[in-house]
Amino acid sequence: MSEITEATVRKIARLSRIKLKEAEIPVMQEKLNKVMSWTEKLSKVNTENVETCDTVFIAQAPLREDAVTDGGYAEKIVSSSPFAADHFFTVPKVIE
Amino acid sequence: MTELTELTALQQRKGLDEKKFSAVELCDAHLQRMEKFRSLNAYITETPELARERAANADRELAKGNGKALTGIPIGIKDLFCTEGVRTTAASKMLQNFIPPYESFITQKLFDAGAVSLGKLNLDEFAMGSTNGTSFFGRAVSPWRKKSNPAEELTPGGSSGGSAAAVSARLCAFATGTDTGGSIRQPAAFTGTFGIKPTYGRCSRRGVVAFASSLDQAGPIARTVRDGALALSVMSGYDAGDSTSYPSAAPDFLKNLTENVKGLRIGIPKEYRLDGMEQEIVKAWEDGVEILRSAGASVTEISLPHTEYALPAYYIIAPAEASSNLARYDGVKYGLRVEGADIHEMYENTRGEGFGDEVKRRIFIGTFVLSSGYYDAYYTKAQKVKTLINQDFKQAFEKVDAILTPSTPGASFGFDEKDNDPIKMYLNDVFTVTANLAGLPSASVPVRLNAEGLPLGLQVIGKPFDEQTTLNVCAALESGFAFRASPFV
Repeated sequence: MSEITEATVRKIARLSRIKLKEAEIPVMQEKLNKVMSWTEKLSKVNTENVETCDTVFIAQAPLREDAVTDGGYAEKIVSSSPFAADHFFTVPKVIE
Repeated sequence: MTELTELTALQQRKGLDEKKFSAVELCDAHLQRMEKFRSLNAYITETPELARERAANADRELAKGNGKALTGIPIGIKDLFCTEGVRTTAASKMLQNFIPPYESFITQKLFDAGAVSLGKLNLDEFAMGSTNGTSFFGRAVSPWRKKSNPAEELTPGGSSGGSAAAVSARLCAFATGTDTGGSIRQPAAFTGTFGIKPTYGRCSRRGVVAFASSLDQAGPIARTVRDGALALSVMSGYDAGDSTSYPSAAPDFLKNLTENVKGLRIGIPKEYRLDGMEQEIVKAWEDGVEILRSAGASVTEISLPHTEYALPAYYIIAPAEASSNLARYDGVKYGLRVEGADIHEMYENTRGEGFGDEVKRRIFIGTFVLSSGYYDAYYTKAQKVKTLINQDFKQAFEKVDAILTPSTPGASFGFDEKDNDPIKMYLNDVFTVTANLAGLPSASVPVRLNAEGLPLGLQVIGKPFDEQTTLNVCAALESGFAFRASPFV
């Protein structure tokens, strides 16, 4: 696998919505390359015709009746937000 | 009378029933000790008033003859479990002031059984780490010291390092932990305590701050196997609110506990004999084999051929899930918000300031391996390797009932020893991570001290949902090794 470039690090920062300081970028690049090249040894494993393992024991997620079973306490929910008003979470203006 | 904090949870429970002391006295003894050893930084948040109030309530229940399994037992809660009305931080700046409006399923069960929480225990930030070094609130310190350098502070392990340090230093009777790649078993091994990660699905994950949902499991850290069996019995059970919860009641692990391992088949995986492993660990492992053999178990060598690929697979799968799980910390619904020019900058500023370096690194790895063009090469590949690791265990368990390995490649170490090399740090989990990938129950039992005076642990891995055999083998080892040492504090 090719090396992770500085541009890739910047792209990942944008995708993950994490602002890195300029000085953090080369450090992150170095550590990412170290970790990713260490995982390269997985390419030695023959996984032809092997299924992926998504869950270990539960073959199918349990289903329940499609009914409201919880809720009715908006006040309580928004109480843990630093920015809430009238049962709503508030965010910076999105539409001009 | 022995100091109350020296008693195991079961001894404490018995003493309360016999009215040798009250729950308030027991609680106060622990609160005093917590104050005395605050330098260990085991607790992020102490809740003495709430603890006394609940202890007084426990005394009233005991007086009425309503004592339950844990009535009046003072416990510590890893600060990854949401506790209603009590700050829950995940050891992150992001959740520094987060007060959950609800209780986690497991803490609710513990409180329903009468347990008294003393406070919230330190951990690596979002449970990502093996030393407790990534906590925003400063690292928890092991109560153990090297003979050759008693001044040096050692790691209690991680991520449940505060839990292990507190149990080992008698700052609570037992503690909750969580284990995604070894986060209960490695700290237990480092601190001379017993820790068990049950089968995936045995303990509900509802209300536990998520790291890697397909691997995360809660479990107890305790002083003895019997205490661990007691705690696990209370913590286990079906929860309709967790779609991966195992839909069956848990057995009474304590009642069924036996040291008798006669006729059990124990497997020794040859792939766990690593080059450069500390000789004292190898010796402890061999002695463990001998103890089980002379107790009537049969011991055979087995092969788990994909072992060496478990760790790199884990370090793709766990960060991938973490990057998705931690997307919820966006400065809107809870936790920190750092303003910006627009909503995107607000997200980026919040997450840039709220997360520590290791958490950021894992989110980056996860985002990278899930990103367009890399998904199959990394994530799909790792999920296929996970299948092969599962098959290894399935085949092994056709021949054996439980597997015995060391818990860690070495004993505890100083905080700075492995700091700058993520790979070296990740190698801490080399023996524990396979059980997470395969979802198997797995425990670390303390066996002896090394020449430096530091605890060593052995790991037992059981069949799916066979925590009982896992616990029984641990009980046999506990009895055979007769580990009795206490830390310096």
